[in-house]
Amino acid sequence: MARLILDRVSKSFGSQEVLSGVGIDVADGELLAVLGPSGCGKTTLLRLVAGFETLNGGTIDIGERRVSGNGVHIPPEDRRVGIVFQSYALWPHLTVDGNVEYALRVAGMAAEERRRRVADVLAKIGLTGFGDRRPAELSGGQRQRVALARCLVMEPSLVLLDEPLANLDVHLRASVEAEFVDFHRRTGTTMIYITHDQAEAMALADRIAVLDQGVLMQIAPPSQLYAEPANEMVAGFVGRGMVVPAVVLGEERGGRCRVSVLGIEVTVRCAPGQRAGRQAKLCFRPRDLGLAAYGDGVPCRLARSIYQGGGFRLEIRPEVAPEIMLTLDVPEITAIDHGGMVSIGIRDGWVIPGS
Amino acid sequence: MTAARLASRAGERALLPCLALLLAALSILPFGRLLTEGVAPKGVPSFDAIAAALGRSSTWVATIHSLEVAIGGTVVAVLLGSAVALTVTLTDARLRSAFIFCFVLPLMIPPQVTALAWLQVMAPSSPLLGLLGFEPRLGAPNPLYSRQGIILILGLQYAPLVFLALRAGLRGLPGDLVEAARAAGGRPWTVLRTIILPLMAPHLVAATALSFVSCVGNFGIPAFLGIPANYLVLPTLIYQRLAGLGPTALSEVSVLALVIGLIALSGIVLQGLATRGRDSRTTMLSAASRPFALGVWQRPVTWVMWLVVAVMLGLPVLGLLSTSLVPAYGVALSAASATLENYNFVLFGHAASRRAMVNSFLLAAAAAVIIIAISVVLAYFLVWRRSVLLSVLNLAAELPYAVPGVVLAIASILVFLKPLPFFGVSLYNTVWIILFAYVARFLVLGLRPVVGGYSQLDRGLEEAAQVAGAGFFTRLRTIILPVISPSAVAGGFLVFMTAFNELTVSALLWSSGAETLGVVVFGFEQGGESTYASALALVTVVVTLALMLATLAAGRAMPKGALPWRD
Repeated sequence: MARLILDRVSKSFGSQEVLSGVGIDVADGELLAVLGPSGCGKTTLLRLVAGFETLNGGTIDIGERRVSGNGVHIPPEDRRVGIVFQSYALWPHLTVDGNVEYALRVAGMAAEERRRRVADVLAKIGLTGFGDRRPAELSGGQRQRVALARCLVMEPSLVLLDEPLANLDVHLRASVEAEFVDFHRRTGTTMIYITHDQAEAMALADRIAVLDQGVLMQIAPPSQLYAEPANEMVAGFVGRGMVVPAVVLGEERGGRCRVSVLGIEVTVRCAPGQRAGRQAKLCFRPRDLGLAAYGDGVPCRLARSIYQGGGFRLEIRPEVAPEIMLTLDVPEITAIDHGGMVSIGIRDGWVIPGS
Repeated sequence: MTAARLASRAGERALLPCLALLLAALSILPFGRLLTEGVAPKGVPSFDAIAAALGRSSTWVATIHSLEVAIGGTVVAVLLGSAVALTVTLTDARLRSAFIFCFVLPLMIPPQVTALAWLQVMAPSSPLLGLLGFEPRLGAPNPLYSRQGIILILGLQYAPLVFLALRAGLRGLPGDLVEAARAAGGRPWTVLRTIILPLMAPHLVAATALSFVSCVGNFGIPAFLGIPANYLVLPTLIYQRLAGLGPTALSEVSVLALVIGLIALSGIVLQGLATRGRDSRTTMLSAASRPFALGVWQRPVTWVMWLVVAVMLGLPVLGLLSTSLVPAYGVALSAASATLENYNFVLFGHAASRRAMVNSFLLAAAAAVIIIAISVVLAYFLVWRRSVLLSVLNLAAELPYAVPGVVLAIASILVFLKPLPFFGVSLYNTVWIILFAYVARFLVLGLRPVVGGYSQLDRGLEEAAQVAGAGFFTRLRTIILPVISPSAVAGGFLVFMTAFNELTVSALLWSSGAETLGVVVFGFEQGGESTYASALALVTVVVTLALMLATLAAGRAMPKGALPWRD
C-alpha cells in the first residue's frame, strides 16, 4: 500500500506534448479514477506510472521511493505495480494457474508457497477449480477476473487499471464494478482507474481526476466534480452540463450569488470569494431547469422533443440567445406547447470559477 | 442481355477451367510424371529403378551428406537469424531500416555467388587476405571446400529467411503481454524465455522447417564448395549423374529426386503443422513496440549488428571485387596489378557470357510478365471465391517452389524429353524448357504479393462495379488492375530478380546457346577461372542491388510488406 505522487509530470512524443505539468497526489488506499476523452493522455499517464515510458519532466514517487524523474527511471519489473490491461493480456500459452503464479515464480518463490497463494487468490475471485484452464476457454468476465487475480497475487503497492470494463458486456459491467469496490474496500490497495466512462468513474472512485489534452482540469470527489466543475471543459464533459454566459450582479454570500442570465435574475451557487463581473459563465445541469408557467421565466423556442420512456427530453433555444441549446427533462409534453414556445425556470446553477 | 455481355459471361466461366489446366500443366503434370518414372519407368510398374538407385552406396552417402549440411546450416541460420530478429524487433538498437535492408540483402544474392564470394575471401591466395596482411600458407586447401564450409555458408545464406519469418511473428506479438510480464517483475531475459519465445514457438518451428527445406534443396553452395572436395549431396549427385550420363541416367536421378523431394516434404509438412491454426486468442491492441531499452548497451549492440552486416555482406563483396580486379588468380592485388580486363572479357569478349546475359534477362522478364498475368487472375479466385478446386490450385502453385529446384528440373526434363504431342518438336535442349520451369517454380513468388493485395482490397469495390453492369473483364481492367498493380509490380520484381540469378534449375536444363548467367559463372569457376567468375558474379550483384534500390526509391508506391527487404 502506498501513496503516489505525480509532480509536474510532462511527456512528449516527438514534438507532440501528451502530458504537461500534471500534478496528482493519490493518498494511501485511495481509488482515483482518471477520466477524460480519448486522446487526453490518460493511458500515457498510466504507462508512466508503470514505468513503460520515460518522463520528459517532473517526478513520480511511489511510497517513499522516487521511481521516475531527475535522472531516475526504475524499470517496470522493479516497481511492484500491478496492472490490469484493457485486453487483460493473459498469456495464451499458460494456464490460469500459470498466469496467476507468474510473478511469484519470477520472484523465485517456492512451489509449495506459490500453490497456496494462487489457490487463495483464485478462491477470492471465485475461480476455484479453473486453474487448469487456458485463457481461451474462459468467458470475458472470467478472463477479467483472472487478470485481476494475476495482479493481486503479487500484493502490489499500487494497482493500475486500464479501462478494465471496456471489453465486457454491459450487463456484466455492473457486477464487476461492484467487485472492484468490494475488493478495494477489503484490501485498501491504492488504485488508479483509467476510464472514459464517467458513470463508471462516479460509481467507483474516491476522487476523479479529469484530463483534457494532457492537462489536469480538476481533481475532486465525484459529487463535487458534478456540482462544482472548475472550468468549462469539466462542466461540459461531466453530467451533460450546459454552459451559458451570465453577469454576476453581487458578491458571494453564503456560497451563493445573484446573477443575470438569459434575461432573468436568479440566485445560484458559486465558489467562496466570487466577485461581481460581467464575463461570467454559468453551468446548468438538466435537473437545474424546469418548465415555468407560460409567460414566466425564460421564453424559449422548442427545437426538438425526444421521447425517453416515461418522459421527454426537450431541446430548446432561448429567444434572447438562440445560438445556445439547452436540454431539460420533463414528464409530459402535451400541455406546454404554445406554438412551439415554452417558458423555463432556473432552479439552480453554478458560477464557473475564474470565468 | 447483349451478345457482348454473354460473351463476357462465357469468358468468365471458362477462366477457372483454363487456370486449372494451366496449373495442372505447370505443377501436377511434371510431378506426376516424376512419380510414375520412379515407380514405373517406361510405363511398366517395376521397382527396378528404385532398387538400382537405392542399391548404390553413393545414394546413401549423398543422402547422409544432404541431411548433415541441411541440419547444420539450419542450426546456424536459426541461431543467427533469430538473434538478429529479436534484437531488431525488441530493443531500441538504432539505424533499424538500413540494417534490415542490409541484413536481408544476402537473401537476394544467389547462393552460388555467396559461395563464390566466400571462396575468394577464404582462399589461401586471396587478394583480400593479402591486402589485410594475412599471409596464409600457399597451397593449403581452401577451408571452405568441406562440410563445415557448406554448413557455414548455408547458414549465412538462410539466416535472413529465419529473420523474416520470426520478425513477422514478433510484429504480431501483442505489446501488453510483454508489459504484463514486466509489471509482474520479469526481467528482460526472463520475459524472453518465459513469454516471448513460447509464444513465438510456432513461428520458430516454421522458420526452422523453411530453412531446412531451403538447405536441403540448395544446389549452388554444395556445387561450389562440395564438388571440389568430392563431398556430394543429393542435388550435386543428380547434377553429376545427369551431366555425365545424359538422359540415360533419367530413371536413376528420378529416384534421387524423389528421395530429396521426400526429405523436403517432411520439412514442408512440419512447417504446415506449425503455422496451422495460428493463435488468435489474444485481443491485439498494439504490437510490442521495442519494449526493451538497451541503455548503456545501445551503442555496443548497434556496433555488433553492423559488424554482422559487414561480415555477411561487405566481406564477400570485397572478396569478389578483389578477385575480379587481378589479372590472374593468385596475383596479389595492388594499384599496379589492378585491371578491368576481366570485366571487359565477361561483358564483351566471351560469347557464352554475352548470350547468358541476354538469355537471363529475357527469361527473367518473360517469366515475370507471364507469372503476373496468371497471378492477377488466379489471386482473384483464390481470395474471393472459395472452393476445393481452388485449394488444390493454390497447393499446385506452391509445390514447384516448395520442393527443391533439382526435383522440378528433373520433372521438367521428363515431361519435355519426348517431342510434344501434335507439335512434333521437343523443348528439351532449348531455352523454352527453362522458361517453363521458371514460370512453374517462381509462380508463387509473384502470386503471394498479389494475393496480399487482393486481401487488403474491399470486395465492395468490385461488387459496386458489378452492380453498375460491368462484366468480369471490364471490372478486371477498370477496377481491379489499377488497385492491384503496385502489388503485381512488386511480385514481378521478386520474380525477375530471383530468375535473373537462378542456377539450380538451369544447371540441369541449359544447353549450348541457352546458357544462363548462373550457369556461366558456375562454368568459369569449375574451369578454374575465378577472376572471370567473380567479375560476372559482381555484375549480377550490382544489377540485383540496383533493382532493390529502385523499389526503395519507388517508396510509397510499393505496397507495404510485399518486398522482404523493405521494413
